[in-house]
Amino acid sequence: MIRFTAIRLVEIAATVLIMSFLIYALIGLMPGDPIDLMRQADPRMSAADVARLKAVYGLDQPLLARYLAWLRQALAGDLGYSRLFAAPVWSALLPRLGNSLVLMGSSFILALALALGLGTAAARRPNSRLDAAINLFCFAGVSMPTFWLALVLILVFAAGLGWLPASGVATAGASGLGDRLSHLALPVATLTLASIGGYTRYVRAAMKEALAQDHVRTARAKGASEVRVILHHAMRSALIPVTTILALSFGGLVSGALVTETMFAYPGMGKLIFDAVMGNDYNLALAALLLATVTTMLANLAADLAYGWLDPRVSYR
Amino acid sequence: MRSLSGQRRRRRLPALAIALLLSSPAVGEERDSLTIGITQFPSTLNPNIDAMAAKSYVLGMALRPFTVYDADWQLVCLLCVTLPSIENGLAVPVDLADGKKGIDITYTIRPEANWGDGVPVTTQDVRFTYDVGRDPKSAVGNAELYRRITGIDVKDDKTFTLHVDKLTFDYAAINDFVLLPAHIERAAFADPAQYRVKTSYSTEPTNPGLYNGPYRISEVVAGSHVLLEPNPHWAGPPAHFRRITVRAIENTAALEANLLSGTIDMVAGELGLSLDEALAFEQRHGDGFRVIYQPGLVYEHIDLDLDRPALADRRVREALILGLDREAISKSLFAGRQKVADSFVNPLDAGYSADTPRYRYDPARAAVLLEAAGWQAQPGGIRRNAEGQILSFELMTTAGNRTRELVEQVLQSQWRKIGVDIRIKNEPARVLFGETVPHRRFDMAMYAWISAPEDVPRSILHSSEIPDQANGFAGQNAAGFKSPEMDRLIDALEIELDPMKRKTLWTEMQQLYAAELPSLPLFFRSDVFILPKWLSGVRPTGNQYPTTLWITDWAVQP
Repeated sequence: MIRFTAIRLVEIAATVLIMSFLIYALIGLMPGDPIDLMRQADPRMSAADVARLKAVYGLDQPLLARYLAWLRQALAGDLGYSRLFAAPVWSALLPRLGNSLVLMGSSFILALALALGLGTAAARRPNSRLDAAINLFCFAGVSMPTFWLALVLILVFAAGLGWLPASGVATAGASGLGDRLSHLALPVATLTLASIGGYTRYVRAAMKEALAQDHVRTARAKGASEVRVILHHAMRSALIPVTTILALSFGGLVSGALVTETMFAYPGMGKLIFDAVMGNDYNLALAALLLATVTTMLANLAADLAYGWLDPRVSYR
Repeated sequence: MRSLSGQRRRRRLPALAIALLLSSPAVGEERDSLTIGITQFPSTLNPNIDAMAAKSYVLGMALRPFTVYDADWQLVCLLCVTLPSIENGLAVPVDLADGKKGIDITYTIRPEANWGDGVPVTTQDVRFTYDVGRDPKSAVGNAELYRRITGIDVKDDKTFTLHVDKLTFDYAAINDFVLLPAHIERAAFADPAQYRVKTSYSTEPTNPGLYNGPYRISEVVAGSHVLLEPNPHWAGPPAHFRRITVRAIENTAALEANLLSGTIDMVAGELGLSLDEALAFEQRHGDGFRVIYQPGLVYEHIDLDLDRPALADRRVREALILGLDREAISKSLFAGRQKVADSFVNPLDAGYSADTPRYRYDPARAAVLLEAAGWQAQPGGIRRNAEGQILSFELMTTAGNRTRELVEQVLQSQWRKIGVDIRIKNEPARVLFGETVPHRRFDMAMYAWISAPEDVPRSILHSSEIPDQANGFAGQNAAGFKSPEMDRLIDALEIELDPMKRKTLWTEMQQLYAAELPSLPLFFRSDVFILPKWLSGVRPTGNQYPTTLWITDWAVQP
């Protein structure tokens, strides 16, 4: 297992290195550069100003030279400066990362908890009315466009009833927990409703298969209670495929949810990555995308290791 | 059933009542805060690095530029005492060594002007700002003004003279000269190459000493909001709000919903809803708000690549404008709120000439012109020339801009009626403005020019500003318009001090533009301000200077 983990960590490092070059090259190959974007905002900027600013920002250097300079700096622990946020990359990244972890983590836990309950209930009585109702709910959740759902929630709970704030992460100048939670309510509800359907379908399928397995039948024959049968015997088998799906979802915790963040003006990682890429903020885009890459890969590694715990038949070579 | 729903309704009523009480100030309660919604968040708050509308909007409340154009489009002093002029002796034309004319201009800083930490605004700040602006490593965006100022003579703590190497009619306008506090920023400028990284506007944006306006920035949550509170050392007209929050909500549907929910009080016209969105909003919810449509300087037009053989023919260009019913487009799409443009000069501008030829919708005349240009009508509807080429153009605009895409479809349909085929090919803004327009890879490009009052159109119409390899594709004359007469008028206009003679030059310029049609004029865009009925004093400028510069006029309506 140690050898397996070590090999995977080396693979992750190599992938991150390749990804860093690819991301840098792709952003560099996009039309326009940050100075072109500045010129759009100030048409009176002269050709001399454009040339001077390109030199100041190092954009007059070839792409490869710029990448190698960034790599040397990054390996020394300095991820550089974000032009868009006018701050060191980590200073720009960390508050957004915190916001995204809170938002995505809350909705992830909530969606998972509900999906485990709903999926299990549906799997226990396949083709029943309850199963049909849960399936309908799942498909509705999966089919609803996130921006539409967000807008409906804002119109009902913020504009209509006035119960919850419509946007932002907190009231300006306020720092209370209640205020933070009230700002989280609608975006979390949106993300939870949008993701619960998919998770529930996975849980239902996995649980249905698990409930039909021999060891579950045996447990029932031995007189184990239904709760024990499900939680102790079936759930463990059902969690193996679900774990894979969850591991793949982990990247989303740090890459954020662009549409939801935009609709609720919630400063998270999704919007940050989008703005960084569109604004040619190389340093910030690279750091954010690589963070998402590393998180996804580490989550996959964790999932692979978890298989061993969930299923003793799995071995690592 | 009836009684059950009645019970439910009764149960909901107290909750709704509580919610309404919580979401709006109680009757009789004094409003002392204002929340403004805008669609962009500023990056750095340093006034001289990175031009951004959102930054100008926020800093309008916190920093005083020396001079700006007001809502009447008159140049006024904000930080200076008197606007210099040759007549009042504060501006003195001088002969330069190279035989050209320069000018010495004397300004006096308002005696009561202070930074937010109580330190007086002095000529030390002027000298420091000049040093930053002149340094090629300091990342100041538009350094043209600093290049033109060859030196500064400081008379005392409040009075200084700028030596400028070119005498232009707008010599007194030093709008881009926004002071930096030397006592705070000097340390950050120790290494000019690091200034953009170390400026206190980025590292400690809530430092009160960075601001000299009626408000100071007291909280910045990147991507979310900026909170402003009154500057205790401001000695001008009093600020009426205890706190002002500027909240960034990029999605306009969400912006509307926030307005309806009371999360924001108003939507800024400078960075708010598009005209069609605002018209729809006014129809649905106009009763609850005051909606102001302010025609402005943003000039929507279609650039034509004049190097394409078909478009090089002036008759074809005239036929294209005659084939457009712009009045009908304005009425049907914009409820007449977006005025049709006859040239690049706005009717509100001092340089505007009412004598500029107007092209009314005349498809019959358009057909005659196309025939004369060799484009004959064909059974299929699209014209061909003697070589069998069809009269077809690619029309481009910014993908995702709903208003422009809508206009584009009407243009396509109207031009088809005069036998011109239009292929629509839109691109994301960064591709269109980053590659396509600067490299002149288009037949027709629909977008907007942003100018200032009496802004001489050198960058868009002078032949030296055609983007090419030599100037790094930095010119703005993307149509490739080459007219010695236009070049002469631009050169003459810049240095003409006599307002009457200038007016004549402006008239000639607009007539030449209308005659040559290097671009097809469409509309002057309107900014839409959606304000609460209780707010008074907001006076949209229609130019690039935000309403927030006059924030002390904003108050709760008695």
